[in-house]
Amino acid sequence: MDSVIKIENLSKKFRLRSLRTGQATLRDNLANRFNFGRGRPPEASETLWALRDVSFEVERGATLGIVGRNGAGKSTLLKILSRITPPTSGRINLRGRVGSLLEIGTGFHPELSGRENIFLNGAVLGMRRREIEQKFDEIVAFSNLERFLEMPVKHYSSGMYMRLAFAVAAHLEPEILIVDEVLAVGDAEFQKKCLGKMNEVAEGGRTVLFVSHNAAALQRLCKTGVYLERGQLKNYGEMRSILSEYQAEINAESESSSAGRKDAEDIADGEIRFVDWRLLNASTNQPHSIFSREEAVFEFAMISKRSLENVHFKLMIQDLEGQNVIIAHDQSSGVGETILRRGVYKIRWRCAVPLRAGNYKILPEIYSTRDGRILDLWDANPRLTVLPVLEYDLPEDFQSLVNVPISFEIKAEN
Amino acid sequence: MNTNQQLAIQNLPTEAAEDSTVIEPSRSFLVLDARSLWAYRELFYFLALRDIKVRYKQTFLGVAWVLLQPIATTLIFSILFMRLGQTETFGVQYPLFAFSGFVLWTFVNSAIITASNSLINHTGLITKIYFPRLIVPLAAVAANLLDFFIGLSSLAVAMVVFAAVPTWKILLAPLFLLQILVLTSAAGILLAALNVRFRDVKQLLPFALQLWLFASPVFYSLRLLPENLAWVWKLNPLTGILENFRAALFGQDFDFTGMTISVVMTIVIFVFALYVFRLMEDDFADVI
Repeated sequence: MDSVIKIENLSKKFRLRSLRTGQATLRDNLANRFNFGRGRPPEASETLWALRDVSFEVERGATLGIVGRNGAGKSTLLKILSRITPPTSGRINLRGRVGSLLEIGTGFHPELSGRENIFLNGAVLGMRRREIEQKFDEIVAFSNLERFLEMPVKHYSSGMYMRLAFAVAAHLEPEILIVDEVLAVGDAEFQKKCLGKMNEVAEGGRTVLFVSHNAAALQRLCKTGVYLERGQLKNYGEMRSILSEYQAEINAESESSSAGRKDAEDIADGEIRFVDWRLLNASTNQPHSIFSREEAVFEFAMISKRSLENVHFKLMIQDLEGQNVIIAHDQSSGVGETILRRGVYKIRWRCAVPLRAGNYKILPEIYSTRDGRILDLWDANPRLTVLPVLEYDLPEDFQSLVNVPISFEIKAEN
Repeated sequence: MNTNQQLAIQNLPTEAAEDSTVIEPSRSFLVLDARSLWAYRELFYFLALRDIKVRYKQTFLGVAWVLLQPIATTLIFSILFMRLGQTETFGVQYPLFAFSGFVLWTFVNSAIITASNSLINHTGLITKIYFPRLIVPLAAVAANLLDFFIGLSSLAVAMVVFAAVPTWKILLAPLFLLQILVLTSAAGILLAALNVRFRDVKQLLPFALQLWLFASPVFYSLRLLPENLAWVWKLNPLTGILENFRAALFGQDFDFTGMTISVVMTIVIFVFALYVFRLMEDDFADVI
């Protein structure tokens, strides 16, 4: 095997205290050193292994996707690979020039012009001046900012800023490219451009390491996957199977966290809990599925074990990445404040969901304006499934986030 | 078939020439990685250039700011000292004497302030990009060089105005300027590293610099002090630099003892600063 990255028993330890309190002061440090603070527990107990005993190899030309929950050690791994922070133990062998994009636009200065920032940012990313000069016209053309080149970037819109930053980054030509969640920012168009460029890099035979929460992007771009969990390598293999394992794990967790919801006995006195939900009059004949754009009634069952005034309701529909796509509020539908007593309630929302097919999170919320407190917020289980209106599946390029009725006509005028 | 392919790949001549990096914990503390510093020289250049450009952008007076500080302080001290009659400066008029001191001091002062805050002002770079960290404080010092040259040019003008005739000794003046550059860089490197971990440095710095100014013969001559106290003063590396720089400028006698002490102290501080920086450098991204 021709491996360009060889990671052997890599571990990284953090001292929790310095993470928690941020900057130490000289006094803290002296106190620690001479053990003035005697009551303090020993430092060994305050450590966190961000990575523990991770080993794997990456072949030349591979596209590797790294998944894992927040805090699983993904960013730490990328930082060690980029030589930003050293490992505590273990060893990495890298063959080839490494370019890492943990952020785009690093080193940009708002007072400087677009032109000046291209050179500065290029140097920051490790490009030679000659290299930047050679690619300068290409970078400018890619960014579409010819007219604004002499303007200080502080006058740029955020979209222009991103375009310039990405244009520089895209012309970095390392043998190993490391990318962290850069695509999380920017609009869909921009993300598409980024992905296209990364694909190009990968097809050019270079090695790409990519950390993302975007399953679709990972699936499209990466052949191989690494699954990290609490700093350890959980699995390594084909991206498709890694992703399904990861997603199954996450779904299982959200199910177990909402278990026990349905038992009225479990609800303590003075509490209010959503316990169940279903769809009424949906033509799918299933309680948790709906056709896109179909009007249906979302019904939530709630148990209240206290009486309370000034109560309000809210319903959030989110995609699986946690982005709010719909927020409904009782006030926006003209309902005033509700007075609640002990008992079982049914709350109904009527809504046509103009969303593309897929799974969505459903989050009913009840809160009181008296003390501004959330009384209950339920990540409802099971989730909402939206089915496509058309019998056939549209190719992905034709799918948009929302699905609204549109009419179209074309007329020849002569 | 498969084995043959693997062998073929391993025998490719390009393989050996390829960049190969090993990442491991605890590298040697004594090795200054001069090769990677050299490889990143362009970043050093761009960072210094950026600081200079940003400093002059949107300032109305521009270059005038550079001269305002040494000229204003020189004026004040001239009035004060001349009224007190304490102008024992041996053959040089006091305003010229003080100005030569303040031109050097202004560089030391502002270079150390910018260098010691340089790392904490570049958090984004340090947590997101790899490069030799030493570049940051060094570029911060370098960004002050333009101001320094403007100051030195105005010092030359002042010498003409005060009709101070230079001798051959002025040819040695650049050596002392070089030494002050090394000393300032050393202090900047050391304080920049300490500032990452202990923000006390930021609090302490203005006060420490003020003390250092008074403890150095910037606006007074060492000859004002009694002999036994002058010895203590000479332990301050800046003393030897200032005294001998002026000797070179005004054609006076060099103080070789002071020069030796000063050079040795400068080297010691420089090596110590590099050592401390190397020791702390690895943790910058985690601690900053």
